[in-house]
Amino acid sequence: MTSETLIAALYVFVLAAFLGYQVISRVPPLLHTPLMSATNAISGISLVGSIVIAGQYGTASRLLGFAAVTCATINVVGGFGITDRMLKMFKRKETVIEKSGGDEKKP
Amino acid sequence: MTNYTTYFIEFSYLAASVLFILGLKGLSHPETARRGMHLAEFGMLMAVIGTLLHHEIVSYEWIIAGLLIGSTIGAAMAIWVPMTAMPQRTALSHAFGALAAALVGIAEYYNHGAELGKFKMGAIGLEVMLGALTTTGSLLAFAKLQGLVRGTPATYRGQNLFNMTLLAATIGCFVYLIVVPTAGTLFYVMVGLAFVFGLMLVMPIGAADMPVVMSLLNSYAGLAAAATGFALSNKVLIIAGTLDGFSGFILSVLMCRAMNRSMTNVLFGAFGSVSSAEDTGGTEQGTMREVGIEDVAVQLAYAKQVVFVPGYGMATAQAQHIVRELASVLEKRGVTVKYGIHPVAGRMPGHMNVLLAEANVPYSSLYELEQINPEFSSTDVAVVIGANDVVNPDARDNPKSPIAGMPILEVDHARSVVVLKRGKGKGFAGIENPLFFKPVTGMLYGDAKESLTKLVQAVQHV
Repeated sequence: MTSETLIAALYVFVLAAFLGYQVISRVPPLLHTPLMSATNAISGISLVGSIVIAGQYGTASRLLGFAAVTCATINVVGGFGITDRMLKMFKRKETVIEKSGGDEKKP
Repeated sequence: MTNYTTYFIEFSYLAASVLFILGLKGLSHPETARRGMHLAEFGMLMAVIGTLLHHEIVSYEWIIAGLLIGSTIGAAMAIWVPMTAMPQRTALSHAFGALAAALVGIAEYYNHGAELGKFKMGAIGLEVMLGALTTTGSLLAFAKLQGLVRGTPATYRGQNLFNMTLLAATIGCFVYLIVVPTAGTLFYVMVGLAFVFGLMLVMPIGAADMPVVMSLLNSYAGLAAAATGFALSNKVLIIAGTLDGFSGFILSVLMCRAMNRSMTNVLFGAFGSVSSAEDTGGTEQGTMREVGIEDVAVQLAYAKQVVFVPGYGMATAQAQHIVRELASVLEKRGVTVKYGIHPVAGRMPGHMNVLLAEANVPYSSLYELEQINPEFSSTDVAVVIGANDVVNPDARDNPKSPIAGMPILEVDHARSVVVLKRGKGKGFAGIENPLFFKPVTGMLYGDAKESLTKLVQAVQHV
Protein backbone atom coordinates (compact mmCIF):
# COMPACT_ATOMS: atom_id res chain seq x y z
CA MET A 1 0.00 0.00 0.00
CA THR A 2 1.46 3.34 -0.98
CA SER A 3 0.83 6.47 1.06
CA GLU A 4 -1.38 7.72 -1.77
CA THR A 5 -3.76 4.79 -1.57
CA LEU A 6 -3.75 5.09 2.20
CA ILE A 7 -4.80 8.73 1.99
CA ALA A 8 -7.51 7.90 -0.54
CA ALA A 9 -8.75 5.18 1.81
CA LEU A 10 -8.74 7.63 4.74
CA TYR A 11 -10.81 10.09 2.70
CA VAL A 12 -13.37 7.39 2.05
CA PHE A 13 -13.37 6.38 5.72
CA VAL A 14 -13.86 9.88 7.08
CA LEU A 15 -16.55 10.79 4.57
CA ALA A 16 -18.36 7.52 5.19
CA ALA A 17 -18.21 8.17 8.94
CA PHE A 18 -19.67 11.64 8.47
CA LEU A 19 -22.40 10.36 6.17
CA GLY A 20 -23.11 7.47 8.51
CA TYR A 21 -23.59 9.85 11.40
CA GLN A 22 -26.03 11.96 9.37
CA VAL A 23 -28.04 9.02 8.09
CA ILE A 24 -28.12 6.91 11.22
CA SER A 25 -28.99 9.64 13.71
CA ARG A 26 -32.26 10.01 11.75
CA VAL A 27 -33.31 6.44 12.45
CA PRO A 28 -36.03 6.54 15.14
CA PRO A 29 -35.64 4.39 18.31
CA LEU A 30 -38.65 2.45 17.03
CA LEU A 31 -36.42 0.88 14.39
CA HIS A 32 -33.20 0.42 16.36
CA THR A 33 -33.35 -3.37 16.38
CA PRO A 34 -33.90 -3.59 12.60
CA LEU A 35 -31.12 -0.99 12.21
CA MET A 36 -28.70 -3.20 14.09
CA SER A 37 -29.52 -6.28 12.06
CA ALA A 38 -29.47 -4.29 8.83
CA THR A 39 -26.03 -2.80 9.44
CA ASN A 40 -24.89 -6.26 10.43
CA ALA A 41 -26.07 -7.65 7.13
CA ILE A 42 -24.45 -4.79 5.25
CA SER A 43 -21.12 -5.29 6.99
CA GLY A 44 -21.37 -8.87 5.76
CA ILE A 45 -19.79 -7.23 2.71
CA SER A 46 -16.55 -8.66 4.10
CA LEU A 47 -17.88 -11.53 2.01
CA VAL A 48 -16.15 -9.93 -0.99
CA GLY A 49 -12.77 -10.18 0.74
CA SER A 50 -13.51 -13.72 1.87
CA ILE A 51 -14.51 -14.88 -1.61
CA VAL A 52 -11.20 -13.80 -3.13
CA ILE A 53 -9.24 -15.63 -0.43
CA ALA A 54 -11.31 -18.80 -0.75
CA GLY A 55 -10.59 -18.87 -4.48
CA GLN A 56 -6.82 -18.40 -4.30
CA TYR A 57 -4.03 -20.99 -4.50
CA GLY A 58 -3.02 -22.76 -1.30
CA THR A 59 -4.99 -25.04 0.98
CA ALA A 60 -4.61 -22.91 4.13
CA SER A 61 -5.86 -19.83 2.33
CA ARG A 62 -8.80 -21.73 0.87
CA LEU A 63 -9.83 -23.22 4.19
CA LEU A 64 -9.63 -19.88 6.00
CA GLY A 65 -11.49 -18.30 3.11
CA PHE A 66 -14.12 -21.01 3.15
CA ALA A 67 -14.78 -20.45 6.87
CA ALA A 68 -14.91 -16.68 6.30
CA VAL A 69 -17.29 -17.02 3.34
CA THR A 70 -19.58 -19.23 5.42
CA CYS A 71 -19.63 -16.78 8.36
CA ALA A 72 -20.18 -13.73 6.16
CA THR A 73 -22.91 -15.43 4.13
CA ILE A 74 -24.77 -16.40 7.31
CA ASN A 75 -24.75 -12.71 8.21
CA VAL A 76 -25.82 -11.48 4.81
CA VAL A 77 -28.64 -13.96 4.26
CA GLY A 78 -29.71 -14.20 7.89
CA GLY A 79 -29.34 -10.47 8.51
CA PHE A 80 -31.33 -9.26 5.51
CA GLY A 81 -33.90 -12.03 5.98
CA ILE A 82 -34.57 -11.24 9.60
CA THR A 83 -34.56 -7.47 9.01
CA ASP A 84 -37.25 -7.89 6.40
CA ARG A 85 -39.24 -10.16 8.69
CA MET A 86 -39.12 -7.51 11.41
CA LEU A 87 -39.92 -4.58 9.15
CA LYS A 88 -42.91 -6.43 7.73
CA MET A 89 -44.42 -6.39 11.22
CA PHE A 90 -44.36 -2.63 11.69
CA LYS A 91 -47.80 -1.38 10.69
CA ARG A 92 -49.23 2.07 10.90
CA LYS A 93 -52.81 1.08 11.62
CA GLU A 94 -54.30 -2.08 12.89
CA THR A 95 -54.70 -4.65 10.20
CA VAL A 96 -56.44 -7.98 10.32
CA ILE A 97 -53.80 -10.62 10.95
CA GLU A 98 -55.21 -12.97 8.28
CA LYS A 99 -54.98 -10.22 5.70
CA SER A 100 -51.33 -9.46 6.37
CA GLY A 101 -50.51 -13.13 6.02
CA GLY A 102 -48.82 -13.43 9.39
CA ASP A 103 -45.19 -12.66 9.93
CA GLU A 104 -43.60 -15.78 8.54
CA LYS A 105 -44.15 -18.21 5.77
CA LYS A 106 -44.48 -21.80 6.75
CA PRO A 107 -41.85 -23.85 4.97
CA MET B 1 -10.26 -7.62 -21.45
CA THR B 2 -8.90 -7.70 -17.93
CA ASN B 3 -9.24 -3.97 -17.88
CA TYR B 4 -12.97 -4.09 -18.57
CA THR B 5 -13.43 -6.69 -15.83
CA THR B 6 -11.67 -4.45 -13.34
CA TYR B 7 -13.92 -1.57 -14.31
CA PHE B 8 -16.97 -3.77 -13.97
CA ILE B 9 -15.92 -4.95 -10.51
CA GLU B 10 -15.19 -1.43 -9.32
CA PHE B 11 -18.50 -0.24 -10.74
CA SER B 12 -20.39 -2.99 -8.92
CA TYR B 13 -18.71 -1.91 -5.66
CA LEU B 14 -19.58 1.73 -6.22
CA ALA B 15 -23.20 0.82 -6.94
CA ALA B 16 -23.28 -1.34 -3.82
CA SER B 17 -21.96 1.53 -1.68
CA VAL B 18 -24.63 3.90 -2.97
CA LEU B 19 -27.38 1.31 -2.50
CA PHE B 20 -26.25 0.59 1.08
CA ILE B 21 -26.48 4.26 1.99
CA LEU B 22 -29.90 4.58 0.37
CA GLY B 23 -30.96 1.47 2.24
CA LEU B 24 -30.00 2.90 5.62
CA LYS B 25 -31.63 6.19 4.70
CA GLY B 26 -34.86 4.25 4.18
CA LEU B 27 -34.74 3.15 7.81
CA SER B 28 -35.59 6.69 8.91
CA HIS B 29 -39.27 5.75 8.59
CA PRO B 30 -41.16 2.46 8.89
CA GLU B 31 -42.97 3.21 5.62
CA THR B 32 -39.81 3.37 3.55
CA ALA B 33 -37.72 0.87 5.50
CA ARG B 34 -38.52 -2.29 3.59
CA ARG B 35 -37.95 -0.73 0.19
CA GLY B 36 -34.63 0.61 1.44
CA MET B 37 -33.54 -2.82 2.58
CA HIS B 38 -34.41 -4.30 -0.80
CA LEU B 39 -32.07 -1.75 -2.38
CA ALA B 40 -29.32 -2.78 0.04
CA GLU B 41 -29.90 -6.45 -0.75
CA PHE B 42 -29.59 -5.71 -4.45
CA GLY B 43 -26.37 -3.83 -3.73
CA MET B 44 -24.97 -6.84 -1.91
CA LEU B 45 -25.86 -9.10 -4.84
CA MET B 46 -24.07 -6.80 -7.28
CA ALA B 47 -20.96 -6.67 -5.11
CA VAL B 48 -20.84 -10.47 -4.86
CA ILE B 49 -21.32 -10.97 -8.60
CA GLY B 50 -18.61 -8.42 -9.28
CA THR B 51 -16.22 -10.15 -6.88
CA LEU B 52 -16.72 -13.55 -8.50
CA LEU B 53 -15.02 -12.13 -11.61
CA HIS B 54 -11.88 -11.18 -9.63
CA HIS B 55 -8.70 -12.24 -11.45
CA GLU B 56 -7.07 -13.77 -8.37
CA ILE B 57 -9.79 -16.39 -8.11
CA VAL B 58 -8.64 -19.66 -9.63
CA SER B 59 -11.12 -22.14 -8.20
CA TYR B 60 -14.72 -21.89 -7.13
CA GLU B 61 -15.31 -25.09 -5.10
CA TRP B 62 -14.70 -23.62 -1.67
CA ILE B 63 -16.47 -20.37 -2.52
CA ILE B 64 -19.59 -22.19 -3.65
CA ALA B 65 -19.48 -24.52 -0.66
CA GLY B 66 -19.22 -21.57 1.74
CA LEU B 67 -21.98 -19.66 0.00
CA LEU B 68 -24.30 -22.67 0.07
CA ILE B 69 -23.68 -23.62 3.70
CA GLY B 70 -23.84 -19.99 4.83
CA SER B 71 -27.08 -19.35 2.93
CA THR B 72 -28.69 -22.46 4.40
CA ILE B 73 -27.79 -21.56 7.98
CA GLY B 74 -28.63 -17.89 7.42
CA ALA B 75 -32.00 -18.64 5.86
CA ALA B 76 -32.85 -21.09 8.64
CA MET B 77 -32.04 -18.42 11.22
CA ALA B 78 -34.03 -15.79 9.35
CA ILE B 79 -37.11 -18.01 9.25
CA TRP B 80 -37.11 -19.72 12.62
CA VAL B 81 -35.50 -17.46 15.19
CA PRO B 82 -38.32 -16.11 17.39
CA MET B 83 -38.55 -12.37 17.93
CA THR B 84 -37.94 -12.79 21.65
CA ALA B 85 -34.53 -14.29 20.82
CA MET B 86 -33.48 -11.34 18.69
CA PRO B 87 -30.75 -10.17 21.11
CA GLN B 88 -29.09 -13.59 21.08
CA ARG B 89 -29.26 -13.81 17.31
CA THR B 90 -27.77 -10.35 16.95
CA ALA B 91 -24.93 -11.20 19.33
CA LEU B 92 -24.23 -14.33 17.30
CA SER B 93 -24.20 -12.40 14.05
CA HIS B 94 -21.71 -9.91 15.51
CA ALA B 95 -19.51 -12.93 16.24
CA PHE B 96 -19.84 -14.28 12.68
CA GLY B 97 -19.13 -10.90 11.11
CA ALA B 98 -16.09 -10.30 13.29
CA LEU B 99 -14.79 -13.83 12.77
CA ALA B 100 -15.03 -13.43 8.99
CA ALA B 101 -12.99 -10.23 9.20
CA ALA B 102 -10.41 -11.84 11.49
CA LEU B 103 -10.04 -14.88 9.22
CA VAL B 104 -9.55 -12.71 6.14
CA GLY B 105 -6.84 -10.83 8.03
CA ILE B 106 -5.11 -14.01 9.16
CA ALA B 107 -5.17 -15.39 5.60
CA GLU B 108 -3.73 -12.13 4.25
CA TYR B 109 -0.90 -12.29 6.77
CA TYR B 110 -0.32 -15.98 6.09
CA ASN B 111 -0.10 -15.36 2.34
CA HIS B 112 1.90 -12.13 2.28
CA GLY B 113 3.41 -11.92 5.78
CA ALA B 114 6.96 -11.16 4.69
CA GLU B 115 6.23 -8.58 2.01
CA LEU B 116 3.71 -6.43 3.93
CA GLY B 117 4.38 -2.74 4.25
CA LYS B 118 3.83 -0.81 7.47
CA PHE B 119 0.43 0.59 6.50
CA LYS B 120 -0.97 -2.70 5.37
CA MET B 121 0.41 -4.47 8.43
CA GLY B 122 -1.24 -1.87 10.61
CA ALA B 123 -4.57 -2.36 8.89
CA ILE B 124 -4.37 -6.15 9.11
CA GLY B 125 -3.33 -5.94 12.75
CA LEU B 126 -6.30 -3.74 13.64
CA GLU B 127 -8.63 -5.93 11.65
CA VAL B 128 -7.49 -9.12 13.34
CA MET B 129 -7.40 -7.60 16.84
CA LEU B 130 -10.89 -6.09 16.60
CA GLY B 131 -12.22 -9.15 14.83
CA ALA B 132 -10.83 -11.61 17.37
CA LEU B 133 -11.94 -9.75 20.50
CA THR B 134 -15.39 -9.12 19.05
CA THR B 135 -15.78 -12.79 18.15
CA THR B 136 -15.22 -14.13 21.66
CA GLY B 137 -16.89 -11.14 23.31
CA SER B 138 -20.03 -11.63 21.22
CA LEU B 139 -20.05 -15.37 21.81
CA LEU B 140 -19.97 -14.76 25.56
CA ALA B 141 -22.71 -12.15 25.23
CA PHE B 142 -24.70 -14.73 23.27
CA ALA B 143 -24.14 -17.33 25.99
CA LYS B 144 -25.27 -14.87 28.67
CA LEU B 145 -28.38 -13.85 26.73
CA GLN B 146 -29.28 -17.44 25.88
CA GLY B 147 -28.89 -18.36 29.56
CA LEU B 148 -26.01 -20.78 28.94
CA VAL B 149 -23.87 -18.71 31.29
CA ARG B 150 -25.15 -16.84 34.32
CA GLY B 151 -26.14 -13.31 33.36
CA THR B 152 -24.76 -11.77 36.53
CA PRO B 153 -21.45 -9.93 36.30
CA ALA B 154 -18.42 -12.09 37.11
CA THR B 155 -15.79 -10.09 38.97
CA TYR B 156 -12.63 -10.84 40.88
CA ARG B 157 -9.95 -8.85 42.64
CA GLY B 158 -7.59 -7.02 40.28
CA GLN B 159 -9.83 -7.59 37.30
CA ASN B 160 -9.38 -4.17 35.76
CA LEU B 161 -5.61 -4.34 36.26
CA PHE B 162 -5.49 -7.78 34.61
CA ASN B 163 -7.61 -6.62 31.67
CA MET B 164 -5.51 -3.51 31.19
CA THR B 165 -2.33 -5.58 31.18
CA LEU B 166 -3.84 -7.97 28.67
CA LEU B 167 -4.86 -5.08 26.44
CA ALA B 168 -1.43 -3.48 26.76
CA ALA B 169 0.25 -6.78 25.81
CA THR B 170 -2.01 -7.14 22.76
CA ILE B 171 -1.31 -3.60 21.62
CA GLY B 172 2.38 -4.12 22.33
CA CYS B 173 2.44 -7.07 19.92
CA PHE B 174 0.58 -4.96 17.38
CA VAL B 175 3.04 -2.08 17.54
CA TYR B 176 6.03 -4.43 17.32
CA LEU B 177 4.49 -6.10 14.27
CA ILE B 178 4.16 -2.77 12.49
CA VAL B 179 7.88 -2.21 13.01
CA VAL B 180 8.86 -5.81 12.22
CA PRO B 181 6.08 -7.34 10.08
CA THR B 182 7.97 -10.62 9.70
CA ALA B 183 7.64 -11.58 13.39
CA GLY B 184 5.22 -14.39 12.54
CA THR B 185 4.90 -16.05 15.94
CA LEU B 186 4.05 -12.75 17.54
CA PHE B 187 1.20 -12.27 15.09
CA TYR B 188 -0.48 -15.45 16.28
CA VAL B 189 0.24 -14.55 19.91
CA MET B 190 -1.56 -11.26 19.27
CA VAL B 191 -4.53 -13.10 17.78
CA GLY B 192 -4.69 -15.40 20.82
CA LEU B 193 -4.45 -12.51 23.28
CA ALA B 194 -7.22 -10.65 21.47
CA PHE B 195 -9.46 -13.71 21.66
CA VAL B 196 -8.90 -13.90 25.43
CA PHE B 197 -9.39 -10.15 25.87
CA GLY B 198 -12.81 -10.35 24.23
CA LEU B 199 -13.96 -12.82 26.89
CA MET B 200 -12.49 -10.74 29.70
CA LEU B 201 -14.17 -7.60 28.40
CA VAL B 202 -17.69 -9.03 28.47
CA MET B 203 -17.30 -11.25 31.56
CA PRO B 204 -17.89 -8.51 34.17
CA ILE B 205 -20.90 -7.04 32.37
CA GLY B 206 -24.35 -7.76 33.71
CA ALA B 207 -27.49 -8.63 31.82
CA ALA B 208 -29.04 -5.18 32.39
CA ASP B 209 -26.12 -3.51 30.61
CA MET B 210 -26.46 -5.71 27.55
CA PRO B 211 -27.97 -2.98 25.32
CA VAL B 212 -24.75 -0.98 25.61
CA VAL B 213 -22.49 -3.97 25.09
CA MET B 214 -24.49 -5.17 22.10
CA SER B 215 -24.16 -1.76 20.47
CA LEU B 216 -20.47 -1.61 21.26
CA LEU B 217 -19.79 -5.06 19.80
CA ASN B 218 -21.80 -4.00 16.77
CA SER B 219 -19.48 -1.05 16.42
CA TYR B 220 -16.33 -3.20 16.75
CA ALA B 221 -17.57 -5.72 14.19
CA GLY B 222 -18.17 -2.88 11.74
CA LEU B 223 -14.77 -1.30 12.38
CA ALA B 224 -13.11 -4.70 11.86
CA ALA B 225 -14.77 -4.85 8.44
CA ALA B 226 -13.62 -1.30 7.71
CA ALA B 227 -10.05 -2.27 8.64
CA THR B 228 -10.36 -5.19 6.21
CA GLY B 229 -11.19 -2.59 3.59
CA PHE B 230 -7.97 -0.72 4.41
CA ALA B 231 -5.95 -3.94 4.26
CA LEU B 232 -7.38 -4.95 0.88
CA SER B 233 -7.68 -1.35 -0.44
CA ASN B 234 -11.35 -2.08 -1.04
CA LYS B 235 -13.56 0.99 -0.82
CA VAL B 236 -16.93 -0.73 -0.48
CA LEU B 237 -15.62 -2.61 2.55
CA ILE B 238 -14.45 0.63 4.10
CA ILE B 239 -17.80 2.31 3.48
CA ALA B 240 -20.01 -0.55 4.66
CA GLY B 241 -17.79 -1.27 7.66
CA THR B 242 -17.72 2.37 8.68
CA LEU B 243 -21.49 2.70 8.41
CA ASP B 244 -21.86 -0.35 10.65
CA GLY B 245 -19.19 0.87 13.04
CA PHE B 246 -20.77 4.30 13.41
CA SER B 247 -24.25 2.94 13.73
CA GLY B 248 -23.08 0.80 16.65
CA PHE B 249 -21.22 3.73 18.15
CA ILE B 250 -24.22 6.06 17.96
CA LEU B 251 -26.45 3.41 19.50
CA SER B 252 -24.05 2.80 22.38
CA VAL B 253 -23.88 6.52 23.12
CA LEU B 254 -27.70 6.69 23.08
CA MET B 255 -27.95 3.67 25.39
CA CYS B 256 -25.42 5.13 27.82
CA ARG B 257 -27.32 8.40 27.85
CA ALA B 258 -30.53 6.50 28.57
CA MET B 259 -28.88 5.07 31.67
CA ASN B 260 -27.02 8.25 32.61
CA ARG B 261 -23.73 6.40 32.66
CA SER B 262 -20.45 6.75 30.85
CA MET B 263 -19.00 4.09 28.60
CA THR B 264 -16.10 3.53 30.99
CA ASN B 265 -18.53 2.98 33.82
CA VAL B 266 -20.37 0.30 31.86
CA LEU B 267 -17.20 -1.45 30.77
CA PHE B 268 -15.20 -1.27 33.97
CA GLY B 269 -17.79 -0.54 36.64
CA ALA B 270 -19.10 -4.13 36.98
CA PHE B 271 -22.50 -2.65 37.73
CA GLY B 272 -24.78 -4.58 39.99
CA SER B 273 -22.10 -6.49 41.84
CA VAL B 274 -23.10 -7.47 45.36
CA SER B 275 -21.17 -4.70 47.08
CA SER B 276 -22.97 -1.85 45.32
CA ALA B 277 -26.37 -3.05 46.46
CA GLU B 278 -25.54 -2.50 50.13
CA ASP B 279 -24.85 1.17 50.68
CA THR B 280 -27.51 2.75 48.50
CA GLY B 281 -28.82 4.73 51.44
CA GLY B 282 -32.40 4.86 52.62
CA THR B 283 -33.12 1.17 52.30
CA GLU B 284 -36.78 1.44 51.57
CA GLN B 285 -38.96 -0.51 53.92
CA GLY B 286 -42.67 -0.71 53.89
CA THR B 287 -45.38 -2.97 52.77
CA MET B 288 -46.17 -3.89 49.24
CA ARG B 289 -49.86 -3.89 48.48
CA GLU B 290 -50.95 -7.00 46.66
CA VAL B 291 -53.93 -6.69 44.34
CA GLY B 292 -56.20 -9.30 42.80
CA ILE B 293 -57.18 -9.94 39.18
CA GLU B 294 -60.79 -8.75 39.66
CA ASP B 295 -59.65 -5.51 41.24
CA VAL B 296 -57.26 -4.70 38.40
CA ALA B 297 -59.84 -5.71 35.80
CA VAL B 298 -62.34 -3.21 37.17
CA GLN B 299 -59.73 -0.45 37.25
CA LEU B 300 -58.74 -1.13 33.64
CA ALA B 301 -62.29 -1.47 32.37
CA TYR B 302 -63.39 1.90 33.70
CA ALA B 303 -60.20 3.80 32.86
CA LYS B 304 -59.98 6.52 30.24
CA GLN B 305 -56.34 5.97 29.45
CA VAL B 306 -54.10 2.97 30.14
CA VAL B 307 -50.36 2.91 29.49
CA PHE B 308 -48.48 -0.38 29.25
CA VAL B 309 -44.81 -0.29 30.19
CA PRO B 310 -43.06 -3.45 28.96
CA GLY B 311 -39.65 -4.69 30.06
CA TYR B 312 -37.52 -7.74 29.59
CA GLY B 313 -39.97 -9.72 31.72
CA MET B 314 -42.52 -9.44 28.92
CA ALA B 315 -40.04 -11.03 26.54
CA THR B 316 -39.15 -13.91 28.85
CA ALA B 317 -42.82 -14.61 29.52
CA GLN B 318 -43.56 -14.34 25.75
CA ALA B 319 -46.45 -12.14 26.83
CA GLN B 320 -46.53 -9.62 23.94
CA HIS B 321 -49.50 -11.27 22.18
CA ILE B 322 -51.66 -11.42 25.27
CA VAL B 323 -50.81 -7.78 26.07
CA ARG B 324 -52.14 -6.94 22.64
CA GLU B 325 -55.27 -8.97 23.31
CA LEU B 326 -55.91 -7.16 26.57
CA ALA B 327 -55.38 -3.86 24.77
CA SER B 328 -57.97 -4.69 22.09
CA VAL B 329 -60.52 -5.72 24.72
CA LEU B 330 -59.94 -2.39 26.45
CA GLU B 331 -60.04 -0.40 23.22
CA LYS B 332 -63.41 -1.95 22.39
CA ARG B 333 -64.67 -0.47 25.64
CA GLY B 334 -63.40 2.95 24.58
CA VAL B 335 -60.23 3.01 26.67
CA THR B 336 -57.23 4.77 25.10
CA VAL B 337 -54.25 2.40 25.19
CA LYS B 338 -50.66 3.53 24.77
CA TYR B 339 -47.30 1.86 25.24
CA GLY B 340 -44.35 3.59 26.91
CA ILE B 341 -41.00 2.26 25.73
CA HIS B 342 -37.77 3.03 27.58
CA PRO B 343 -34.67 3.06 25.34
CA VAL B 344 -32.93 0.40 27.43
CA ALA B 345 -35.97 -1.79 28.09
CA GLY B 346 -35.05 -5.30 27.07
CA ARG B 347 -31.65 -6.59 26.07
CA MET B 348 -30.94 -4.61 22.93
CA PRO B 349 -31.92 -1.24 21.46
CA GLY B 350 -35.50 -1.27 20.19
CA HIS B 351 -36.20 -4.78 21.49
CA MET B 352 -39.66 -3.99 22.90
CA ASN B 353 -40.82 -2.22 19.73
CA VAL B 354 -40.12 -5.31 17.67
CA LEU B 355 -41.94 -7.61 20.09
CA LEU B 356 -45.02 -5.41 20.18
CA ALA B 357 -44.98 -4.97 16.41
CA GLU B 358 -44.89 -8.76 16.17
CA ALA B 359 -48.07 -8.84 18.25
CA ASN B 360 -49.67 -6.54 15.68
CA VAL B 361 -49.54 -3.37 17.77
CA PRO B 362 -49.54 -0.41 15.35
CA TYR B 363 -46.39 1.65 15.75
CA SER B 364 -48.44 4.82 16.22
CA SER B 365 -49.32 3.47 19.71
CA LEU B 366 -45.67 3.04 20.71
CA TYR B 367 -44.36 6.08 22.56
CA GLU B 368 -40.81 7.05 23.40
CA LEU B 369 -39.73 8.17 26.85
CA GLU B 370 -40.02 11.93 26.20
CA GLN B 371 -43.39 11.56 24.53
CA ILE B 372 -45.07 9.42 27.15
CA ASN B 373 -43.78 10.98 30.39
CA PRO B 374 -46.06 14.07 30.26
CA GLU B 375 -48.98 11.71 29.65
CA PHE B 376 -48.74 9.80 32.92
CA SER B 377 -50.45 12.52 34.97
CA SER B 378 -53.56 12.04 32.82
CA THR B 379 -53.28 8.26 32.86
CA ASP B 380 -55.65 6.23 35.02
CA VAL B 381 -53.72 2.98 35.12
CA ALA B 382 -50.08 2.33 34.24
CA VAL B 383 -49.39 -1.38 33.82
CA VAL B 384 -45.74 -2.34 34.32
CA ILE B 385 -44.99 -5.71 32.73
CA GLY B 386 -41.68 -7.21 33.77
CA ALA B 387 -39.86 -3.87 33.90
CA ASN B 388 -38.07 -2.71 37.02
CA ASP B 389 -35.11 -0.37 36.85
CA VAL B 390 -36.58 1.75 34.04
CA VAL B 391 -39.49 2.74 36.31
CA ASN B 392 -37.51 3.08 39.55
CA PRO B 393 -38.33 6.52 41.03
CA ASP B 394 -35.07 6.36 43.02
CA ALA B 395 -33.23 7.27 39.83
CA ARG B 396 -35.02 10.62 39.99
CA ASP B 397 -35.41 11.18 43.75
CA ASN B 398 -32.43 9.59 45.46
CA PRO B 399 -29.07 11.06 44.44
CA LYS B 400 -27.30 8.23 46.30
CA SER B 401 -28.92 5.52 44.23
CA PRO B 402 -26.56 3.64 41.89
CA ILE B 403 -28.89 4.53 39.03
CA ALA B 404 -29.32 8.18 40.08
CA GLY B 405 -29.94 10.48 37.12
CA MET B 406 -31.09 7.74 34.79
CA PRO B 407 -34.14 8.98 32.87
CA ILE B 408 -37.12 6.89 33.88
CA LEU B 409 -40.70 6.35 32.80
CA GLU B 410 -42.55 8.26 35.50
CA VAL B 411 -45.34 5.74 36.04
CA ASP B 412 -45.74 6.89 39.65
CA HIS B 413 -47.45 10.02 38.31
CA ALA B 414 -50.34 7.91 37.09
CA ARG B 415 -53.47 7.65 39.23
CA SER B 416 -52.84 3.98 39.75
CA VAL B 417 -49.94 1.66 38.97
CA VAL B 418 -50.16 -2.10 38.55
CA VAL B 419 -46.88 -3.98 38.58
CA LEU B 420 -46.85 -7.49 37.11
CA LYS B 421 -43.98 -9.32 38.69
CA ARG B 422 -42.87 -12.90 38.95
CA GLY B 423 -41.83 -12.77 42.60
CA LYS B 424 -40.84 -10.36 45.33
CA GLY B 425 -37.16 -10.22 44.30
CA LYS B 426 -35.15 -7.20 43.23
CA GLY B 427 -34.34 -6.17 39.67
CA PHE B 428 -31.29 -7.25 37.69
CA ALA B 429 -29.22 -4.50 39.17
CA GLY B 430 -30.17 -5.74 42.64
CA ILE B 431 -31.56 -2.33 43.56
CA GLU B 432 -34.57 -1.83 45.78
CA ASN B 433 -37.45 -0.24 43.89
CA PRO B 434 -39.48 2.24 46.03
CA LEU B 435 -42.19 2.24 43.36
CA PHE B 436 -43.37 -1.08 44.75
CA PHE B 437 -43.98 0.47 48.19
CA LYS B 438 -45.90 3.54 47.00
CA PRO B 439 -49.57 3.82 47.95
CA VAL B 440 -50.63 4.11 44.28
CA THR B 441 -48.93 0.85 43.40
CA GLY B 442 -50.58 -2.54 43.43
CA MET B 443 -48.52 -5.69 42.95
CA LEU B 444 -49.87 -8.52 40.84
CA TYR B 445 -47.62 -11.51 41.41
CA GLY B 446 -47.25 -14.46 39.09
CA ASP B 447 -46.27 -15.28 35.54
CA ALA B 448 -47.05 -12.25 33.36
CA LYS B 449 -48.66 -14.32 30.63
CA GLU B 450 -50.99 -16.14 33.03
CA SER B 451 -51.97 -12.95 34.87
CA LEU B 452 -52.70 -11.17 31.60
CA THR B 453 -54.76 -14.09 30.29
CA LYS B 454 -56.87 -13.98 33.45
CA LEU B 455 -57.17 -10.19 33.11
CA VAL B 456 -58.51 -10.49 29.56
CA GLN B 457 -61.27 -12.81 30.77
CA ALA B 458 -62.00 -10.73 33.84
CA VAL B 459 -62.28 -7.48 31.86
CA GLN B 460 -64.72 -9.12 29.45
CA HIS B 461 -66.97 -10.02 32.38
CA VAL B 462 -66.93 -6.59 34.00
